Amino acid sequence: MFKGLSYALKQAFVQLFRNKGMTVASLFSITAMLLILGLFFFLTVNVNFITEKIKDEFNTIEVYLLDETTEAQAQVMATSLKAMDEVAGVEYITKDMAMEEFKARLGDRDYSFEGLTTNPLPNSLRVTLTSLEGGELTAEVCRNMLGVEDVRYYQTEINKVLKISNYFQRGALVIIGFLIIISVMVVSNTVKLTVMARQREIMIMKFVGATNWFIRGPMLLEGMLIGLISAGVALGCMGTIYVRIVEAFNNQAIALLSSKLVEPEFMITNLAWIFAALGISIGAFGSIISMRRFLKA
Amino acid sequence: MVKFDNVTKKYETNHALDKATIHIAKGEFVFLVGPSGAGKSTFIKLIIKELDPDSGRIYVNDKEITRLSNREIPILRRGIGMVFQDFRLLPNKTVFENVAFSMEVVHYTQRTIRRQVPQVLDLMGIGDKRDKFPSELSAGEQQRVAIARAIINNPQLLIADEPTGNLDVDTAWEIMKLIDQINRRGTTVVMVTHARDIVDRMGKRVVTLDSGKIISDSNGGRRDV
Repeated sequence: MFKGLSYALKQAFVQLFRNKGMTVASLFSITAMLLILGLFFFLTVNVNFITEKIKDEFNTIEVYLLDETTEAQAQVMATSLKAMDEVAGVEYITKDMAMEEFKARLGDRDYSFEGLTTNPLPNSLRVTLTSLEGGELTAEVCRNMLGVEDVRYYQTEINKVLKISNYFQRGALVIIGFLIIISVMVVSNTVKLTVMARQREIMIMKFVGATNWFIRGPMLLEGMLIGLISAGVALGCMGTIYVRIVEAFNNQAIALLSSKLVEPEFMITNLAWIFAALGISIGAFGSIISMRRFLKA
Repeated sequence: MVKFDNVTKKYETNHALDKATIHIAKGEFVFLVGPSGAGKSTFIKLIIKELDPDSGRIYVNDKEITRLSNREIPILRRGIGMVFQDFRLLPNKTVFENVAFSMEVVHYTQRTIRRQVPQVLDLMGIGDKRDKFPSELSAGEQQRVAIARAIINNPQLLIADEPTGNLDVDTAWEIMKLIDQINRRGTTVVMVTHARDIVDRMGKRVVTLDSGKIISDSNGGRRDV
């Protein structure tokens, strides 16, 4: 068994290099297919990630307090708000804490505050909602409380963002669906070419008395190797592109949202497994189809 | 060695082989001649069980092959060396690998393969071509590789389907001398050919087929057509 495997593996490697045309064609089509699926993976994972982050970030209401409101008064307000079903929690944020947060969010760009001698930010209550549905009601309650200067709640903005992400996800699914159909066609065409090239080879091997598995083993492994190499190529492409995108996006995005894209490290590790599994199965599946017809009798 | 007992094979309506009965003894050299479409190729395809007869029985090496299961076909073929007009070498394997493949199929060790393949290549006079690919060889050299592959496992039976069909006269005769040598070492040879001069010069048993029937079977190399 082990001897058979090492024989098949050796043959697969040798034939991989000798069947250059076929190897390159299969490599190209599987890589293309994986790139498309990788794109799908990147898009959906990131859109989900950002949507969740936005939901997280905007399920809070910022209640800015007048300067004359004392911490004791604020705690009373917090207690009454906590009694509401719509409210998950309330946190008292002093103006100093608010400043720290603001600086942290801007990272090393806090030079814009160097000239300030007093802290212009107000004390505030941060109300966390149990769900987005209760947002408008809670915001209204807060507005009517004494000692409140202003209430920040971005309901319409949230709804817009959620709607866009929803459309985006559906759109991406449709486009990816088409792309997958196209790549399946490309792969099956490559398989057809392979079939014709293999027909004679298989016939000759059978004349010499090779059993089906003796023929199938190396060819199957050859397909799987091509799939694995394609996975490597596709991963290299996607990885490089993704790192660049994340760098560019994270530099730009700070001012807009604090949400970033999913860490490249996480993406690439997961993608490596997905690509390897998909590549090997596409390669194996393609080989089996290309051989099946000629190995029946 | 090979026995056909009342074998009939039809393609749609016309008979490729019509109640053919023939016996080829161990160690014989038999030419199979006749016009195109006479049933010669069918005869060979039946021996290696590429086709199954519609009726009748076929024995190879005293074993009735009409009853073999698909899984036993490779084992039957390992006992038969085959040489074809179009050589049928694996284009992506070197001369050495093409011949070695026959041995790998029957699971010889790499050591045995490395020892025996060069010997057979030398015997065929192509020892210096071992690392070439088939496309780099002349037709005669390719046929020598094919013969080396056919005999490497010491088959009891060698089937040659127009082995000289693609070769010039001198090369053809070289190849015939090799096949005759193989026969002298005890291997039964069944050879299909159109080359009258070769048949006449060899002086062996000649079986003539026409329209699926054996119309003559004679010794001494003369065909009675």
